[in-house]
Amino acid sequence: MAGAKEIRTKIKSIGSTQKITKAMEMVAASKMRKAQDRMAASRPYAERIRRVIHHMAHAHPEYRHPFLEHREARRVGLIVVSTDRGLCGGLNVNLFKAVIAAMQEWEQDGLEIDLGVFGVKAQQFFRRLGGNVVSETTHMGDAPRVADLIGPVKVMLDAHVEGRIDRLYLAYNRFINTMTQRPVIEQLIPVEPEEDPELRHHWDYIYEPEPQPVVDALMTRYIESLVYQAVVENVASEMAARMVAMKAASDNAGALIDELQLAYNKARQAAITQELSEIVSGAAAV
Amino acid sequence: MAMTIHVDIVSAEREIFSGTATMVFAPAEMGEVGIAPRHAPLLTRLVPGEVRVRDQEGREQSFFVSGGMLEVQPHLVTILSDTAVRAVDLDEAKALEAKRRAEEALHERKGEIDYARARAELAEAVAQLRTIEKLRKRRGGS
Repeated sequence: MAGAKEIRTKIKSIGSTQKITKAMEMVAASKMRKAQDRMAASRPYAERIRRVIHHMAHAHPEYRHPFLEHREARRVGLIVVSTDRGLCGGLNVNLFKAVIAAMQEWEQDGLEIDLGVFGVKAQQFFRRLGGNVVSETTHMGDAPRVADLIGPVKVMLDAHVEGRIDRLYLAYNRFINTMTQRPVIEQLIPVEPEEDPELRHHWDYIYEPEPQPVVDALMTRYIESLVYQAVVENVASEMAARMVAMKAASDNAGALIDELQLAYNKARQAAITQELSEIVSGAAAV
Repeated sequence: MAMTIHVDIVSAEREIFSGTATMVFAPAEMGEVGIAPRHAPLLTRLVPGEVRVRDQEGREQSFFVSGGMLEVQPHLVTILSDTAVRAVDLDEAKALEAKRRAEEALHERKGEIDYARARAELAEAVAQLRTIEKLRKRRGGS
């Protein structure tokens, strides 16, 4: 019965793993819904601020913000938004693949790259593989706050203002739906306002007190809101990916248990048959 | 009917108010401003304080903002509220914190990226995932 006992222990251990993956799946599902709500809640602000930037880009101010200017690029900044925890399928791996491909392309064009990383996974990835990381932010939790982003975003914006980087990009996982998350790399700076022929007449805001600080504050908030949206969207992607991965794990565990159960029954049956034949042959010998 | 103006108050984390008003008061940097319909286009920063929105019946609703931006178009007022208290030195401290964390780890990291190694590692991870996927399909199909 030695084989049967081993199988039984194995079944028990897989069963308890399955319990954990099932629980994780359910937790991820509920967290995903919350993350989706946060994504929806952050949209009005992003839309409004985009509209204000758009208005401003078409106004004719005496001060034009550097984020709107196209400069010859020598060095670019890249913000990589990853997750803090694993067990979410290929989410981070796919993102890093896209990031590495883009970085290599830039490097071939002779551009240097400054990295700003969000999340433990990106931190570990670039620690292992090198790369000029200028800011790191981890453990923002499932409900990231704008306050957590101000610092790391400022590092990049300051670098741009001081001329250390000429362009800024943002890499994260876009939440398409529960089954699909797509890694994307977006350009943050220079800001590209949409064209609108209706706004071509000459006008300008009244700026109080001065155009420069007002426009600076607005631009900073605009970039922050874009990064915040990316972070929130990445959390939703993480939860969706984890939910799917954990569902697959639970299904696999179920299939494995079925197989092992069959093997156990066979081993048990064989043991009984053997015992019986021993008794019978023993009786016959007497 | 009294003239009205559309008001949106939003913060990065949620929408706070959206509706029409006859008058809006906001704590601008240079002092409190009152915005009536057809106000000239205005862009200013807000300081922490109270935003009051007066509707057609003369009732006032008030909201607290911890700073932000105010944009005025002739028939539209947008208040972009901050969710965190902002100050130059406070922001600076946060930026330094993020930088410090990056620098702390610098000694265990090379400046140059080893692209070949990165690709190999990623390819391996992708292959693993694909194998798992295949195994699962086979198992599911049998």
